[in-house]
Amino acid sequence: MSGRVTGCGRRVGIGRSPAYNARWGERVERDADHQDHAGASLLRRVWRSAFPGRGIPRTDRDRALATRNTALLHLRPVRLPARTLRWTHTFGLGGSSLVLFTFLVASGALMMLLYQPTAGGAHLSVTAIEKEVVFGPLVRGVHYWSANLLVLVLLAHVARVFLTGGYHGPRQFNWVIGVSLLLLVLAASFTGYLLPWDQLSYWAVTISTGMLQYVPAVGPTLARVLKGGTELGTETLVVFYTLHTTVLPTTLVVLMAFHFWRVRKVDGVVVPPPRPEEVGGQPEKVLFLPHLLGREAAQAAVVLALVLWLAALFGAPLGPPANPGMSPNPAKAPWYFSGFQELLVHVHPVLAVVVIPLAGLFAALLLPYLTVDDEPAGAWFLSRRGRRLAAVAALTAATLTPALVALDELLGSGSAGAPGWLRGGLLPLVVLVAAVAAGYRLARTRFGATTNEAVQAVVVLLAVALAALTLIGVYFRGEGMALTWPWRA
Amino acid sequence: MRREPKPPAGQPPAAPLKTRRSLLGRLALGLGLVALAELAWVVTSFLRPRTRSAGEDHGGLVVAGAVEDFAPGSVTAFPNGRFHLVHLPEGGFLALSATCTHLGCTVPWDETTQRFACPCHASLFDLHGEVESPPAPRPLDLYPVRVENGVVTVDTRSPLRRSRFDRSQVVDS
Repeated sequence: MSGRVTGCGRRVGIGRSPAYNARWGERVERDADHQDHAGASLLRRVWRSAFPGRGIPRTDRDRALATRNTALLHLRPVRLPARTLRWTHTFGLGGSSLVLFTFLVASGALMMLLYQPTAGGAHLSVTAIEKEVVFGPLVRGVHYWSANLLVLVLLAHVARVFLTGGYHGPRQFNWVIGVSLLLLVLAASFTGYLLPWDQLSYWAVTISTGMLQYVPAVGPTLARVLKGGTELGTETLVVFYTLHTTVLPTTLVVLMAFHFWRVRKVDGVVVPPPRPEEVGGQPEKVLFLPHLLGREAAQAAVVLALVLWLAALFGAPLGPPANPGMSPNPAKAPWYFSGFQELLVHVHPVLAVVVIPLAGLFAALLLPYLTVDDEPAGAWFLSRRGRRLAAVAALTAATLTPALVALDELLGSGSAGAPGWLRGGLLPLVVLVAAVAAGYRLARTRFGATTNEAVQAVVVLLAVALAALTLIGVYFRGEGMALTWPWRA
Repeated sequence: MRREPKPPAGQPPAAPLKTRRSLLGRLALGLGLVALAELAWVVTSFLRPRTRSAGEDHGGLVVAGAVEDFAPGSVTAFPNGRFHLVHLPEGGFLALSATCTHLGCTVPWDETTQRFACPCHASLFDLHGEVESPPAPRPLDLYPVRVENGVVTVDTRSPLRRSRFDRSQVVDS
């Protein structure tokens, strides 16, 4: 068959329409430099077969083509709204969490070569990584700090998506996937927490699974399945290790792929409203290459630097080996569970372990379907009024929560107050529901808020309350779980 | 071959009420549900935790020692066995589980205050294992004790729950 072949495999010349030739014909000339003739060296030919592209793109057209034709980039959009590039719109939180996840996989895989998931060998193998392996402490440090930063970054990401209203309309189900991803990451963090098998991890997991006992009916069985028996031992380690290294990462990767796909299908992140000077017309679109990729690469480099810096300076902690015969005083759960452990001190276990977490989970999953779709979204806190309401809610929670904790401390028998199901269960629950309903009504009537603004205020109230409880649980609880000043805790 | 009843002329054909197809469809669905239930049973059976093999110190019969080794009014800790052997002042033995009934921490015996004090959330238990101070919801669990030929044996295979102390729980030496 006659006709020349262009660099991208299109036949040009006889047998094709004039329009086709007019369009693609010019490429033949440009591709001539890239064609491989018999004179090309072996190295060049191997390289060209692996990377048949046009080199680093220098024109906008080449950039667009590169985005489409590169394996690593073809899932990204070729063009995107310029307004979404604003750093203060998303703070690059979603992308940063992906970057942190890759650090975790890399550092985790390295440690898997050395770690032994047995009661006898776990602490010894981790000590070996710390003391004998070259750069072992750095790898452990990267893993530890990436894990903690990931949880924080994810919480911030959830907050950002919520506060910019990025969960309405076609993004509703992606919110649900996101919440599931958060839970899986917390599970991964929790299972990893046990693996060093030191005093801290052993007892943190003991009391965290101890909390499960209070789940009615299925609680004890659930705790036994998780622990691989009645007490923590090698069986527990094997269960947690398998979950941590295989089951959870695989599920995370699959769900993340789904999550990113859904973002692509709605053409990217929620678009912020135009600034006064930008008003008028459609949002301007810019090329992914270099505008977004450049920003993402820069932020990834900053995150890498931060993690390496933290890992090198502080490393990962390793306490004395686990001793089932001796519980440390105090024995605290990992910080992301501290809020619930603090709640346990004040209310009935079933309320703290079952009712509130489940209600919170339900509310979180159903949030997109309980709010109104057609109110404007994209701006942080939705509007000026939304901003004000959120500030009021945050301030209320930030002052009320410590006040209530202190009050309970004075009224009850100190940290040892064991609330019965009436005073500790039903009463707080009723008060909580009443407060939430009252807050919502107040927002709607006195502040004249829209549905979404009122929901936002209520969520901010509860979120800040949980954050306050977490801070109290981490920094203000000392020996015997008594309230102490942080420098003594 | 059975024909479906012809609808009156001029009207669209009536939808069949029950056909072989719908019956087979429903049968397939039912069998599918049965298969799903079987799969669930297989998976849960696989994942169910096996009873751990008894170690020398815990999970089996632990020989604590001779009766004379334990003075009346004494509390001897068996850390590997995860229990405390109490020789009551009025006589008789109690093997109390050292696992706090609140969240599972190990409770040591405090000789000076004469009570079990949990370090995690400050639950307090008395000599009989009953709750002196919350947040523990119930008394310490018991392990069955046997005294034979002057030798005290504790069966640590499964702890016994109780709502309060009873004289019948004590094993006389």
